[in-house]
Amino acid sequence: MAEKAYDVVVVGGGPGGYVTAIRAAQLGLKTALVEREHLGGICLNWGCLPTKALLRTAEIYRNIKSAENFGLKISGLEFDINAIVKRSRDIAMQLSQGVGHLLKKNKVDVIDGHGELTGKGKLSVRKDGKNVADLVARHIILATGARARVLRGFEHDGALVWTYKEAMVPDAMPKSILVVGSGAIGIEFASFYHTLGVDVTVVEVLPRVLPVEDAEISDLAYKAFTKDGLKIMTSATVKRLEKGSDNVTVTIESAGKIIQLTVDRIIMAVGIVGNTEGLGLENTKVAVDRTHVLINEWCETDEPGIYAIGDLAGPPWLAHKASHEGIICVEKIVGVKGVHPLNTLLIPGCTYCHPQIASVGLTEIAAKEKGYDVKVGRFPFVGNGKAIALGEPEGLVKTVFDSKTGEMLGAHMIGAEVTELIQGYAVGMTLETTEVELMETIFPHPTLSEMMHEAVLDAYGRTIHF
Amino acid sequence: MTVNILMPALSPTMTEGKLSKWHKGEGEPISTGDIIAEIETDKATMELEAVDDGVMGKIVVLEGTEGVAVNALIAVLLEEGENPSAAESAASLAEIRAPKSTEVPVIKPPIIGQVRPIPQAGSIDKGSRIFASPLAKRLAIDAGIELSSITGSGPHGRIVKSDVEAAKIIGKKTVSTAPASPIVASALPVTLGTGGSYTETPNSGIRKIIAERLTASSRDIPSYTVTVDCEIDQLLAMRLELNNRSPEGSGAYKISVNDFIIRAIALTMCKVPGVNTSWTEAAILQYADVDISVAVSTPDGLITPIIRKADQKGLAEISIEMKGLALRARDNKLMPEEFQGGGFTISNLGMYGVKEFSSIINPPQSCIMSVGAGEQRPAVINGALGIATMMSCTLTSDHRTVDGALSARFLQAFKSMVEDPLTMLL
Repeated sequence: MAEKAYDVVVVGGGPGGYVTAIRAAQLGLKTALVEREHLGGICLNWGCLPTKALLRTAEIYRNIKSAENFGLKISGLEFDINAIVKRSRDIAMQLSQGVGHLLKKNKVDVIDGHGELTGKGKLSVRKDGKNVADLVARHIILATGARARVLRGFEHDGALVWTYKEAMVPDAMPKSILVVGSGAIGIEFASFYHTLGVDVTVVEVLPRVLPVEDAEISDLAYKAFTKDGLKIMTSATVKRLEKGSDNVTVTIESAGKIIQLTVDRIIMAVGIVGNTEGLGLENTKVAVDRTHVLINEWCETDEPGIYAIGDLAGPPWLAHKASHEGIICVEKIVGVKGVHPLNTLLIPGCTYCHPQIASVGLTEIAAKEKGYDVKVGRFPFVGNGKAIALGEPEGLVKTVFDSKTGEMLGAHMIGAEVTELIQGYAVGMTLETTEVELMETIFPHPTLSEMMHEAVLDAYGRTIHF
Repeated sequence: MTVNILMPALSPTMTEGKLSKWHKGEGEPISTGDIIAEIETDKATMELEAVDDGVMGKIVVLEGTEGVAVNALIAVLLEEGENPSAAESAASLAEIRAPKSTEVPVIKPPIIGQVRPIPQAGSIDKGSRIFASPLAKRLAIDAGIELSSITGSGPHGRIVKSDVEAAKIIGKKTVSTAPASPIVASALPVTLGTGGSYTETPNSGIRKIIAERLTASSRDIPSYTVTVDCEIDQLLAMRLELNNRSPEGSGAYKISVNDFIIRAIALTMCKVPGVNTSWTEAAILQYADVDISVAVSTPDGLITPIIRKADQKGLAEISIEMKGLALRARDNKLMPEEFQGGGFTISNLGMYGVKEFSSIINPPQSCIMSVGAGEQRPAVINGALGIATMMSCTLTSDHRTVDGALSARFLQAFKSMVEDPLTMLL
């Protein structure tokens, strides 16, 4: 088969890969994208977006259930899980097609199949066991993503033991679910099913839920979840699994006690592993550590001309981190002026449970551990007029500043719409704001964003409304 | 005609200073060369000399005033026989035209002492905004670094946090401007396209600034070198004797050849002060103090701590001070005032067995002395071939300030002192 030559070949069409390919094409590089399953990757098809569609249903359902609080009378509220899932799948499909159009518009060649490195700058693509293309490229960017981590004894079977993938497309509602892991994925599914009336229990091995978040925020999240009726066991580990005909019995060890819990389904959300297999990495100098490809600050692997980005290259496992790494990687290849390595402290993280959680930068504890003398500001939702009007008086905005320089080190939020608010702080931090510019910024009234202003003022003892 | 005397800039980074003392009162006659005032910055005190004859007409800025902006009118000089009221009106006129800020005065370049305002991007051209992040601005203020002295690496050249941090380090690593050393040669760009493989180390902010400043030195300064060979047998004998007399415990010293060279250069600088100068577009600055920068190599690069008023210090004092400076330089613990400034640099590569070499001038200084190894060489002594310990020293000078004959006179005086070291005691 004749070889086709490119400047850049991207392997994997997720949010890391397709954004990388488009940027490469924008910069005038002849670019191909190899994708074996679906454009948009897990994010668009089985992750970020279809779950947001599900959670939107849950949110509307929750709001309608409390309609009386808003002076509305609604009776006969029901849901159709098949219709809910169909809406989510339709959205995923629409978005995936959109990615295809974007790649076409940017003249990226999309090659359907599985890519494998076969030599220096060479990649062969197979589809259904047949070789469909041989590519040569000066630069090959691996963006193959990750998949759910499997706990021994808890291998997913698609029927009783689910991963995110099955959890996203239930054909009927289980009565009870055990979610193993309280990171963003686990908590979002717990939130969705719990809102729709499923008896949900969450097991977390660490002492607190959403362990990467600020301790104060995760404490508030725990209180909000349990107050709403979600069952949570922290410092707990799942030990054994026995499958029944349509249920599973899980042995859980918590605080020295052994508990047996029988549930209809179990969702495994205990982290992810990188998709390093079948890429031909063994033919290269590319180093892999615990399923993640090792890279330097420019996403370069140990093999010249081979790069890795996104989930494959390690945490944080976030779509926007993957996209951004890809852009840096390509711009570095081209030598775009002013390109600089990713600052991981400026990557916001969002969890779309109820209440929502969002954060950027250092937690209060992490900042102190780094030796900063910190100033911390807090503002509760209950002090904000718009939050009260929305019927969302629960939540907190917290800020962390370096008391010496006024540098904003981090921001942490829980409550309504905080996933849309966090970007305000992210922009400020990227522009290297100090407290002064944030204090001088005029926040519109009445908005939830006023709390962001107040939380800055509070760090310096100047809060007005609380 | 009246002559306006303006606040001089004593260094490229100075924006204001203290008028610590007036040596001349109103009505007192002034002749060229008279010291009329003392100006103090956080770094140094300098005397302001008159370059015109006349009478002190009016003192505008009183003694002891702090925060006097560079280029602000400080006094008005009257020409012989001129009416004192002319000074009054000149002063009020100048005040109207030269506002209190540090903006460029509309007045023509002033006739003042030997110290002149040094034009610099940041303080003169207030019209062009310096883009810097809020955090970078605050860090720069805290560190006492002028934003105009920093090259931004952010979008559109914006100065960001990491640039200020890099500038803080470069400040520690160099004499306010640049290191002086033959290391420059290795900073030349790698010749590409030879087909050979190479590794690429991205330039750090520090490296870029070093490159920029040394390139500017090499490009802008018409430099030349003059070499002299000194016989140092007597000096070595005297060193041995002095070191044998070192007390035990506190006050102990071990004088090195380099300490002798520092002392010899300091004394020679007193005899030939023309090398202790800086070139500016408007005037040549003659430094009053004999402050000698000594190049010390550290793992991170070159740094030049300063022996201040070296002419007033004995060998033991120089030796002990130099050891402390070198130690702290290697530990990266020098305070800015310990390496910023200096009027002359010594670079000694003798310990590496280097016979002779030349260095790049460390601006804004005029001269740098490159000292080679002391080694036994065949020598003609009293008409017969013999063996002597010789040391070659090369002076690199800025021809704008130091002419060849001046360099030669300096080396001649230096050589005679090194070869007859007892004269160093005088």
